[in-house]
Amino acid sequence: MLLVNSFLFCGIVCMIAQIILDNTKLTPGHVTSMFVVFGAVLDSFSFYDKIIKVVGGGALLPITSFGHSLIHGALAKANEYGILGILMGMFDLTATGITAAIIFSFIFTLIFKPKN
Amino acid sequence: MKQEKYEMIAKEHKAKNPKLQNAIVAFLIGGVIGMIGEGIIELLCNIFHMSRNNAGTIMIVIMIFIASLSTALGFFDKLVTKFKCGLLIPITGFAHSMTSAALDYKKEGPIYGVGANIFKLAGSVILYGIVAAWFFGMIRYLLGGRI
Repeated sequence: MLLVNSFLFCGIVCMIAQIILDNTKLTPGHVTSMFVVFGAVLDSFSFYDKIIKVVGGGALLPITSFGHSLIHGALAKANEYGILGILMGMFDLTATGITAAIIFSFIFTLIFKPKN
Repeated sequence: MKQEKYEMIAKEHKAKNPKLQNAIVAFLIGGVIGMIGEGIIELLCNIFHMSRNNAGTIMIVIMIFIASLSTALGFFDKLVTKFKCGLLIPITGFAHSMTSAALDYKKEGPIYGVGANIFKLAGSVILYGIVAAWFFGMIRYLLGGRI
């Protein structure tokens, strides 16, 4: 069941993005930034957590989950350390993704040549 | 070439921009990627007996690895022009933007080429993500209650 939910959720998010992209003058950069902000908004009242519980892995993949992870880590630390925790915990959950992306892209840049 | 003939040929080759088709393709490809992600999580949970959180983290690392590698090998760009948002909105798009920016500016050297440009496209996602998370996090914190 989680597989079907993942298919539907991830597909619908991508479809919304495609519709926005086709019908406005926004570039993919605009749309991805918008979706990150949207994910952060959704999680400020833990709504995205409920989506992840229902949907599973399909909700972790779209870029909205990046915004969710940022604010989720920040709020978890804020619970412990007060207002400074928002700054301390910002990268707690997204660190894996960002670090992995940096390391992999750097290594592959060293190895491969650009193709034109 | 005569002007009329040129216009006729240009009209034939002009992209028709079928919006409905684009949306369906994005839905299907995005859905398949989401399903693969969930499949990897269940595989890791069942075979290696991981907790679901750890499996999710590893799944994201695997996806980033695949996207970076296929961008460096050169065929991810073709897939993106075909499937557009189906590949750009999942985390694969984030990895793709970093690797392609780094590869494009490789010839300008390690500092002003790769180092300065690796976050050229992904930087906006990180910037606005952090600003939004900070802003809404502050609002949520100041509203109080159990976070």
